[in-house]
Amino acid sequence: MSPPNAGQNSGQNSRLIWIALLVAAVAFLVYRAAFTTPGMSRIYVVDQPVTVSGTLPDGTAQEFSWTVEDEVPLRAFVESQRAIAAGTAAGGAGSPRLSMSRTIGTWFSAFLTLAIFSFLWRDNPLYKLAEAIFIGVSAAYWMVIGFWSVLVPNLIGKLAPATARATVIPGLDEAAEPKFIFLVPLLLGVMLLWRLAPRGQWISRWPLALFIGVFAGLRLVQFFEADFLNQIASGIQPLVAVASEQTISYGESFANIIGVVGTLCCLTYFFFSFEHKGVLGSASRVGIWVLMITFGAMFGYTVMGRIVLLVARIEFLLNDWLWMIDPASNRVVS
Amino acid sequence: MYEFLRTLDRRWIFLLMLIAVTVPTVAGWQFPEKVSRNTQRAFDEIEKLQPGDRVLFSFDFDPASAGELSPMATSLTYHAARRGAKLYFMSLWPVGPQLVRETVAKVIKPEFPEYRYGEDYVDLGYKSGYEAVIKVIVTDFRKLYLTDAAGSGIDTIPMMKDVRSVQDMDLVISISAGYAGAKEWVQYAKTAYPDTFSMVAGCTGVQAPPLLPYVPQQLPGLIAAIKGAAEYEKLLNAKYDLLAKPAFVEGTRRMGSQLVAHVLMVLLIVVGNIVYFIGRRRGVTS
Amino acid sequence: MFKRTIPLLITATAGIVLIVSYFVPLAQNWGENVSVWFDILAAMAFILGGGNLLKMQLKKISDRRPGWGYGAVTMVAFLVTLFVGLLKLGVNPSVPHPSYSWAGEFNETGSIFWWFYEYTFKPLTATMFAMLAFYVASAAFRAFRAKNIEAILLLGTAFLILLGRTYAGVWLTEFIPEDSSFSILRLENLSEWIKDTFTTTGTRAIMIGVSLGVMASSLRIILGIDRSYLGAKEQ
Repeated sequence: MSPPNAGQNSGQNSRLIWIALLVAAVAFLVYRAAFTTPGMSRIYVVDQPVTVSGTLPDGTAQEFSWTVEDEVPLRAFVESQRAIAAGTAAGGAGSPRLSMSRTIGTWFSAFLTLAIFSFLWRDNPLYKLAEAIFIGVSAAYWMVIGFWSVLVPNLIGKLAPATARATVIPGLDEAAEPKFIFLVPLLLGVMLLWRLAPRGQWISRWPLALFIGVFAGLRLVQFFEADFLNQIASGIQPLVAVASEQTISYGESFANIIGVVGTLCCLTYFFFSFEHKGVLGSASRVGIWVLMITFGAMFGYTVMGRIVLLVARIEFLLNDWLWMIDPASNRVVS
Repeated sequence: MYEFLRTLDRRWIFLLMLIAVTVPTVAGWQFPEKVSRNTQRAFDEIEKLQPGDRVLFSFDFDPASAGELSPMATSLTYHAARRGAKLYFMSLWPVGPQLVRETVAKVIKPEFPEYRYGEDYVDLGYKSGYEAVIKVIVTDFRKLYLTDAAGSGIDTIPMMKDVRSVQDMDLVISISAGYAGAKEWVQYAKTAYPDTFSMVAGCTGVQAPPLLPYVPQQLPGLIAAIKGAAEYEKLLNAKYDLLAKPAFVEGTRRMGSQLVAHVLMVLLIVVGNIVYFIGRRRGVTS
Repeated sequence: MFKRTIPLLITATAGIVLIVSYFVPLAQNWGENVSVWFDILAAMAFILGGGNLLKMQLKKISDRRPGWGYGAVTMVAFLVTLFVGLLKLGVNPSVPHPSYSWAGEFNETGSIFWWFYEYTFKPLTATMFAMLAFYVASAAFRAFRAKNIEAILLLGTAFLILLGRTYAGVWLTEFIPEDSSFSILRLENLSEWIKDTFTTTGTRAIMIGVSLGVMASSLRIILGIDRSYLGAKEQ
């Protein structure tokens, strides 16, 4: 029997180890960022001036100027600094500079990435924090996109084109007239939002019914044409393939036989109106085997797809954040 | 050893996967790629483009799949621009336009500085509605697209002047991570108008098997997964000598880690089964 | 009537209009118009999603349910992103129309909304999906068992694809000459052949089966036989 405070000691030891690891990691990051060359995780930009002539609503011509940030590699910054030090360049506006907002952004991205990965150890407050931020930002992100990309041009732009043109979409066709038929989707949209109301949620059934009806109508015909008729046509292949005159292509013939027989057997497996016995049972069994090979291939492809996403994140941490690798040679300075 | 493996904490497996991916990335391992028939078909479709041909790019993915699809988006955009095609970008996914902008910044701006916005390439932006968007634009762009992504009236854009619908395109390229994506483009556009334009798709590994039956009758070319992206880069680099440009070997770079991780997966399955069968035998005899 | 009959009529009308528009060129315009309305409603659904999130999180905070602090974080993140996005904070004027202060691109590179995309949304989305690689590895060790013929076929094919789609496959069978009759046994060729024959065959059969199912369920919905989307009768 273990001593009564053994679990407590072990918990304390575990906490101490974690604190020590955290302190070591922070010390490493501070050292790498501040005391090594070229350091880590800094984004440099060049301010590109933009000057455009425009006309104010009262007809007066005016020039408008602003700057746009263009990211440049470390190399460009170092060369610029050298030129300034040597007196061959003026410096100031137009020279590469450190972008604090983008640099802080990269550190924040790395923090969020590691917070999500920390779930692999176990669920913890950092992961929960990152998850909470993710949910909030992505919901709002989609709302903003839906508003500016669709509702403003396709609803407000159709119902009140003059107002839209005068404010947010000056590029709208000047001849556009209000199309009041678009009050229908506006009304249906408001009804859809009624789902959030404490009472009368049945009102949202009308726009939902439109959703369902559109999907059903679209898919009925196109699935029939693309996935039924065309696939049957594609599946009917010559069982004896001829490569050239009087020459049988055995490889292609074999592949075609697998294709035709395999498709029929798989479809037999999906046919449940009769019991799978006798010839039907054997065909169904072959169908299962073909499907298992298909699923094995699907698994292989799925694994490939998942792993590369991890590779991309590791690349971000090692390249964009820690500056431990430089595949694009952005930090190679002569 | 058997007991250790039987009760193995899955965090050890996580660590092995992390090492399998990190070490090749740090070491920069790259391996030669053999080009598959579907990728070659996709390359040949774009090689058929003539200067001035219209290519519609549909960026139907988000940052979650960008690790797999960005390399092929980069290669396809470069290839089409190199053939002198006019590029029309759009997206069925809300975050697609951001990825369009990243690809334009990575490919068009540095490699094709002569390309002018509105004359050689245009970003039409995102529209919600999944396959209903395709259903509308396959007969009339202007029912949905009144402006481009920047808010310029669509009729003020020179390269949109003679373009009424998707049927005026010479090639449609869907780079797709799921729904709505390449499958919907095949169903609602290519199958409905089989002889009007050609189509090529780039897709994730997960999406590749369901798209295979469409090849080649309904989908002339398919670039599947990061392997397909690496194969396409090989073809592109061989034809246009791009090996010195890191942006065009991204897929090839990622295949290094992919190989080690795949070998790890095979070993894990084998070891897992060995442990299972030993356990079954011990269970039977004891 | 308003709660069930009219929605059923809307579904049937929308479905029939779209089907008719395929076959009657004169009706094509109706189909397009219905689709445009649908596209606008799909954008409204984003607003519904955001509103629903706000409602649920507010309830969680007001009820002081466990984890309500994270609900507050979610709300703050939501409201801040919404604020900067809707008001186009940090967005430069539009180049063709500089005098219109609201005409700039809402997600212009360098704007605050772009910052949220680049340094918050993008890494979080990408990392969430990257986690799957670890779980796939764990599942491979713990769950994939060659218990019977079907499982052996599945795993065997998986091995061929996993190895054949990388240079490992090429290296393992490079002793087989490329131009010999046995070149099909080279792993990279074998995985290609499996993909072109069995995988295509299997997915074709699944596709035909799914298309029959979709057609049947679409018809049932349009004809009002399947009313499950309307929810319970007493609502």
